Amino acid sequence: MSASTVLDWGLGLAQGMLVLAMALAAWRMLRGPRAQDRILGLDTLYLNGMLAIVVHGMRTGSGLYFEAALILGMIGFTATVALAKFLMQGEVIQ
Amino acid sequence: MNGPDLPAWAAWIVVVLALGGAGFSLTGALGLIRLKTFYERVHAPTLGATLGAFLILAGSMLLLSLVEGHIVLRDALIGLFITLTTPVTMLLLARAAAHRDRTEKNPGAPPEP
Repeated sequence: MSASTVLDWGLGLAQGMLVLAMALAAWRMLRGPRAQDRILGLDTLYLNGMLAIVVHGMRTGSGLYFEAALILGMIGFTATVALAKFLMQGEVIQ
Repeated sequence: MNGPDLPAWAAWIVVVLALGGAGFSLTGALGLIRLKTFYERVHAPTLGATLGAFLILAGSMLLLSLVEGHIVLRDALIGLFITLTTPVTMLLLARAAAHRDRTEKNPGAPPEP
């Protein structure tokens, strides 16, 4: 097997596993049962999506996807903190 | 697909790192589905956030360093950020859930500190 075949199949399999993980997180986000479970599912969805973008960048061999992954991680953090604060106090900005 | 050009040993290392990281993330997401209570579930995704992200980012750094011909460390920035933010988010979420359960006097609520 040549190196590019190994990379293509291996990274494709890793992408498939990450997409499956995203599907499981989305299931938890849609089913609940309570609001904190949905937020946890959303946070996991963000994280696995970010990792899938990193693996896609590895597959194409370019560093162009680095910023997208970094920004997605930051947005996921901000969203989860804001939603947790909303659950705690009923408002986001005081 | 017109992928990157690497020596065979590096391709195997990168693939093993990426598959290991994806496997840890999948295990974390599986725990999110399988575990019974919220306070058990809140632990599961941290597996993907720490070990899964670390392995995938290590593979990405190795691959980009070999492709570009010099050491590329910017992916470590994502790893640093994830390591700093994940405990904060999970702690805030668990405290919000505990506050809700205590206010509603649910049977599974954690005791007051």
